[in-house]
Amino acid sequence: MKIAYFTERPYRWVPEDEVFRNRAFFAVSNAYFDREKAADDYNYYLDEACYAEELGFDGVALNEHHGNPFCMGGVMNVEAAILARITKKVKIILIGNPLPVIKHPLRMAEELAEIDLISRGRLVTGWVRGAGSEQFFNNANPAYNREYFNEAHDFILQAWTRPGPWRYEGKHFHYRHVNPWALPYQKPHPQIWIPGVLSPETVRWCAERRYPYIGLGTALGPTCDLWDLYAEEAARQGYQAGPENFGYLIPTFVADTEEKAQELGRNFVYGGGQNAFSRPEHTLPPGYNSKNAIKMLLARHPGGSWLGVSPEKLRQAQSDERSEPVDYDEVRRKLTLSYQKAQKNLQVIVGTPTSVLPKLKILLQVLRPGIFIFFNVQGPVSNHDRMRSMRLLAEEVVPALREYAKEIDLPDPYERTPGSVTLPAGVAWTPVVDRGPLSALGLV
Amino acid sequence: MAQPWREETVHVADTPLVLIRGGTGKPLLMFHDELGYPGWMRWNEELAKEREFLIPLQPGFGKTPRLEWVRSYRDLGGFYAQVLRELGLVPIDVIGFSAGGFIAAEMVAADPDIFSKMILVAPMGLKPTEGEITDIFPLTIRAYLRATVADPTTPEFGKIYGGEMTPEQFEAFEDARAETARLGWEPYMHNPSLPYLLRGVKHVPTLLIWGTADAIVPRGCITAYQQALTGAKVAEIPGVGHRPEIENSQEFVRLVREFLAA
Repeated sequence: MKIAYFTERPYRWVPEDEVFRNRAFFAVSNAYFDREKAADDYNYYLDEACYAEELGFDGVALNEHHGNPFCMGGVMNVEAAILARITKKVKIILIGNPLPVIKHPLRMAEELAEIDLISRGRLVTGWVRGAGSEQFFNNANPAYNREYFNEAHDFILQAWTRPGPWRYEGKHFHYRHVNPWALPYQKPHPQIWIPGVLSPETVRWCAERRYPYIGLGTALGPTCDLWDLYAEEAARQGYQAGPENFGYLIPTFVADTEEKAQELGRNFVYGGGQNAFSRPEHTLPPGYNSKNAIKMLLARHPGGSWLGVSPEKLRQAQSDERSEPVDYDEVRRKLTLSYQKAQKNLQVIVGTPTSVLPKLKILLQVLRPGIFIFFNVQGPVSNHDRMRSMRLLAEEVVPALREYAKEIDLPDPYERTPGSVTLPAGVAWTPVVDRGPLSALGLV
Repeated sequence: MAQPWREETVHVADTPLVLIRGGTGKPLLMFHDELGYPGWMRWNEELAKEREFLIPLQPGFGKTPRLEWVRSYRDLGGFYAQVLRELGLVPIDVIGFSAGGFIAAEMVAADPDIFSKMILVAPMGLKPTEGEITDIFPLTIRAYLRATVADPTTPEFGKIYGGEMTPEQFEAFEDARAETARLGWEPYMHNPSLPYLLRGVKHVPTLLIWGTADAIVPRGCITAYQQALTGAKVAEIPGVGHRPEIENSQEFVRLVREFLAA
């Protein structure tokens, strides 16, 4: 199993009440941006990634969001390029570049190749569709989001593997002269891991291409269902899916005492947390979700989800409810309740090394991922407390998790090539998840 | 009383086009707005006494299938022009609402002989000389609908959009929003070359109708149309918003009737 470290690189200096007043992080005015503090933080987060390497994490994962203090990674490839040079061993895992909103796949192919070359083959490249709000920010037509994504993806693979120069006339992209001089260090190209929030289309798309799929803190029950869908599609493609096809990212915060862990871990819901990533009207732009995805959202039971794409958001978009209580203390009280619920559902893991270990083991047992990524806390938590959490995790939790992963046989995509286990036609696929512990936890 | 209109599918321009037909008399083509055909309203009922409405339901809005090759309002106008030619309906009187006005404007710019008379109601399609066309895409459906009228207690507004939104309605609105985004995302609901092409249209009597409390299409759009179509008449209906046909249907019908009869 590969164990990686991830942070959203939150901008920690926007007053929480301002986020409440705006009803989301996206669209908080950049009048609140403090250049000095941001300069410190951009440098700190790079140091933090180096610290993750020093502590023995196998990878550092980055992501990208636009116009949002929730995540300072507005141009993730800049950070990745620096890490390519200042780290030595860790995989640089990009989860991921939002292809449809960048709208320049040739440039993307060049940037990623340079990062892979500078790091001498440590890049893992992931691609995403971009959050709803990012379609607005980048003026990327949401109704063509999936078409942009698919075409950009196919183009980049060609640009990396088909000797140039050649000409490209696609539906959305056009290039007269495709011949990027820099090609990725890894042949034919870096591994591609796709992060997601359980869109069935994306899960199937990954299975067809044998790309590992990474659930971003998604609820356990639905994650199991979608991984079954992946395995089913894999069987259709003639292979048995296994841990090498799956990754999971989990918000985790560790401190020396339970009290301290809880006090700081609460910042996972700072400002409303991921559910306050953007308001309903920014979360669900026109045409961004397929009709199927909308139907699924309408049918699914309420439950938290990444970046707030949830049935609740959809209902708000339909009814235009303004869920804006004026009493911010009341908002905070509700958020504390949701934070407690998320802990109970194992969607946020907070505690001392001793108390978090069994919970993390359950996640490994149920989801059987070959890639496991720890997501550090959001909100105004000090550098010292963030780093303390990382150290406690690395020194007192990760070794036991590695042992456990060996014991229950969780190969990662480097130990076993995803899609390499042949499954003859007509042979039933073996289960990829273990729902056993879910009923005991009341999560079915 | 028998239903005054019927829905039918005509196979035309390689497409099963769904049309609403109702009334008797000389044909009147109607292009609905960016959220789709709202239903047979009082103003339709009134004008149907002397005109036959032909209301195509825009491809991609749920009933007529989406046309993959249509990627702009100009493409869509080209499609509808083909439809009219195949149905032998050229020239025809047209009335277009909001984005439907944009469609009509593209069509007349490409072929000034296609329409005998043209009524554009709060039309999008040109960059306003002042102000901005409200960006409808970052609005929830309800917020947008509310913004289309000055007075949300207008009885017909409640009739169309009141009550809980059913999943089917939500899906239909989402279809409409998605298709509108495909065609009009950028440049936002206008075509920079359209005013220049409209200047070549000299002989099509045109009426521009605008509600003075329109929160979606600013007066600057009407001015831009006046500058491009120098002979166009303007009728402002005081105090109503983007949907003058339901907020003051009496005055609306009077203006349309007078213009078409002239």
